[in-house]
Amino acid sequence: MNQVGQSIPRLEVRAKVTGRASYTHHVQLPGMLYGKVFRSTVPHGRIRSVDVEAARALPGVFRVVTGADIKKLIPEPYYGPAFHDQPILAIDKVCHVGEPVAAVLARDPHVAEQAVQLISAEYEELPAVYDEVAAMQPDIVVHDMLKPAGTFADLKHLKGRTNTNISLDYHLKRGDTEAAFARADKVIEHTFKTQQCLHLPFEPFVAVAEPGDGVLTVHTSNQTPSFVRTEIARLFGWPENKVRVKVPHLGGGFGAKVYVKVEALAAALAMLVRRPVKIALTMEEQFYVITKHPTTFRIKSGVNKDGKVMARACEVLWNGGAYADIGPRVTQKSGFTAPGPYDIENISIDSYALYTNRTPAGALRGFGIPQLVWAYESHTDLLARELGIDPVEFRRKNILREGREQATGTAMKDAAIAEVLDAVAKDMNWNAPFDRGSGTVRRGRGIAIGFKASISPTTSVAIVNVAADGSTTLYTSTVDMGQGSDTAYALMVAEVLDMDVQNVRIVHPDTDVTPYDMGTLGSRSLFHMGNAVRLAAEDARTKLRALATEAGLPEGTNYPPAEIFKKRYGMQAGNVIGTATYVPTYKSPDSKTGLSDNVTPFWMIGGAGVELEVDTETGAVRITRLVNAADCGKPINPGVARTQLSGAAIMQLGFTLSEDMKLDGGQVTNASLADYRIPGIADIPPMTNELVEAEQHSGPFGAKGLGESGTFGVSPAIANAIDDAVGVRITELPITAEAVLRALRAKQGRPLEDE
Amino acid sequence: MSTRTITFTLNGQPVSTEIEPHRNLVELLQRFDLFGARESCGQGLCGCCTVLVDDKAVSGCLYFAPWVDGKTVNTVESLDAEGALSIVQQAFIDCGAFQCGFCTPGFVLMVHQLLKEHPNPSDEDIKHYLAGNLCRCAAYPEIIEAVKVAAKSAVKPAAA
Repeated sequence: MNQVGQSIPRLEVRAKVTGRASYTHHVQLPGMLYGKVFRSTVPHGRIRSVDVEAARALPGVFRVVTGADIKKLIPEPYYGPAFHDQPILAIDKVCHVGEPVAAVLARDPHVAEQAVQLISAEYEELPAVYDEVAAMQPDIVVHDMLKPAGTFADLKHLKGRTNTNISLDYHLKRGDTEAAFARADKVIEHTFKTQQCLHLPFEPFVAVAEPGDGVLTVHTSNQTPSFVRTEIARLFGWPENKVRVKVPHLGGGFGAKVYVKVEALAAALAMLVRRPVKIALTMEEQFYVITKHPTTFRIKSGVNKDGKVMARACEVLWNGGAYADIGPRVTQKSGFTAPGPYDIENISIDSYALYTNRTPAGALRGFGIPQLVWAYESHTDLLARELGIDPVEFRRKNILREGREQATGTAMKDAAIAEVLDAVAKDMNWNAPFDRGSGTVRRGRGIAIGFKASISPTTSVAIVNVAADGSTTLYTSTVDMGQGSDTAYALMVAEVLDMDVQNVRIVHPDTDVTPYDMGTLGSRSLFHMGNAVRLAAEDARTKLRALATEAGLPEGTNYPPAEIFKKRYGMQAGNVIGTATYVPTYKSPDSKTGLSDNVTPFWMIGGAGVELEVDTETGAVRITRLVNAADCGKPINPGVARTQLSGAAIMQLGFTLSEDMKLDGGQVTNASLADYRIPGIADIPPMTNELVEAEQHSGPFGAKGLGESGTFGVSPAIANAIDDAVGVRITELPITAEAVLRALRAKQGRPLEDE
Repeated sequence: MSTRTITFTLNGQPVSTEIEPHRNLVELLQRFDLFGARESCGQGLCGCCTVLVDDKAVSGCLYFAPWVDGKTVNTVESLDAEGALSIVQQAFIDCGAFQCGFCTPGFVLMVHQLLKEHPNPSDEDIKHYLAGNLCRCAAYPEIIEAVKVAAKSAVKPAAA
């Protein structure tokens, strides 16, 4: 029976179309209080006073809580995956507009909201820094001292560092870039920038903390239940098993809901009042929780006339906002791919994570990769143009082939870079004549490819439970937020145990029941948890066979599980539990050279091709064709895999063409869906989504992760196509009509006036 | 806070309740344990809270609860009240027209309204009717396909 590889609807489809799927958004408990948050109005300042008297006096208010109250409960109330730098409620100072300063609890959320309006705070305002380039200098310092978490060994040396905004710097040196630049026929340098944008899941951040008898249960819309458990336990100084984290369906994540977001506040408030507390943020508040790093990427290449890239130097500045979140990891793990999927002998990379007085930045569908691809694929296109070589040919000449060493020194394996490039070119019909339009409507086309390493080393544990009638349950802490992981795992279990996929049920993450998983992030689950699931199912199969032998059934026959149980126990009784842990091997990059010969368990490859029209009178860009291709290994559920590619690419269209958090004095001035425009149904261009035939030999059934690959190529493919159409180069995201018109007018020697 | 008594028909059943005048329709529905309409953007822009009031789609987050007094309210939960999925719901499943599912009830209801008014919708009709429903997972291509698949069958009306 071939279960894996068939396209089937997700297991939970019925619950979702009937509106009966449960989300944390819906959780209501007896005696539950709603918490609403009073937030900082200044970007950087010392707190002089917080006046909560009027709020406290409002009828219906149960309690008003400040940072000082939290400290009485939790002496060190700072959290974060890489740095313990983020206070549950601000203590002494605030570092960004929107930072939580106080919280009001009430039975009625409207009363709590009204009370928040009655709170006032006085600050001694400090100068603020918003720009990553400016933050490289210690003129304005966001944090007095760096406080790395113990979790990551390579951050330890930063402990106690003062007078800096650099929360991590990663450097890689390979060969001799300076000497190679000196020898190259041409040396070309560009700077590219990306904007601050954000995830905006439609189920905004929400958590309900429920104190119980010897256990605190946290119901949360979160992608990392195991991490939340560990972190909440650490904050309270408890053993892990006193915290139970439950995650039902998730109304979107995209990397926003990784690590601790509102869970620590909900937990602290619940423990203060010994009642269930729900923190449910609004869409507007999401603009003050977590975002995508703005970046400035200076990239310089030495090329020879024949089109070979001889050397590349990359300097990437990551604007991490007020708290580190997972930014230092982005800086390193994405940083080492900054030169792109190219075979270049001489490479230098300098990648810096920076604190600024903006909303913190973390991981957003690609973990920094889309920002890098934006720069290196725009740059690569410019190199090809400069040398007069076709952009596809130029890439073919330079791409990393199987077995060749990537910048870190890790040899490429099961990385279908050439195949993805070929697929994009083929789907674009690249060699056919192309009509570039005339008059005021000009047409262009562009391509781009990108790659990404996986998050390593990370651990996943799975449990497969075969009941006495043969029906099977899988326990994992992977959070299925629509990517189809539950269904993919069910297919794997069914494949191993030779049963119908509908015979497998998946238990949603509940840390009292489901085992450890590092988190549902970075496209890691299908590979890591998928391997654990496969091994756990194989363990169950082995145990079933042993049980059959015990029951005296002759060997060599595949008995249905129900028959084995009945024969062994005389009735429908017993269980077989299979379990497995998967953690790939890994070698951390050398702290001086940045090199490692085993830096990732697998590579993700994504490419995009775009055809578009530019209206030369308005700068408006209309995408007429979008081609996506990705190396997904062997897809487990190809239909769902294609929707992942498509969804990721459309999301990236928003980040490319419209989405942009506008700041004024640190305040976001477009913090609503009315003013911050995400893609709607009218914005969808004709698209194709191709799963490139490949195999990840170390992946479960040849599969690898694919949730992010569709984002990689979109932005630079669009900029490259605009250049192809009208000969102007956009170097900063988003690519608005205004940006294109400004570039066109500048090129014509009649620039538009500044705003 | 003063309350008002309202009486209305909810998913085919006559009901009555006390409600404060500032509550919105989403909150009202939660009192009846109906969670298919979900407040997300709070501005009537995303369509996650779509509800049919007297057969017309409204944003539950912007619709004051007392306004339903004397009216007929149908939520997504009415569509499979007898256990069978509507043709639109089945088409969404067949086309894989969602990922996280949070916005799906709103889309499903809006497609019911669309097909009632335009049994054979053009691409323009589809985009026009669904312009007020956003999907952050961006299952739009699959949603458009689902509408077309559903249109090929006779649509079971949302308000039976």
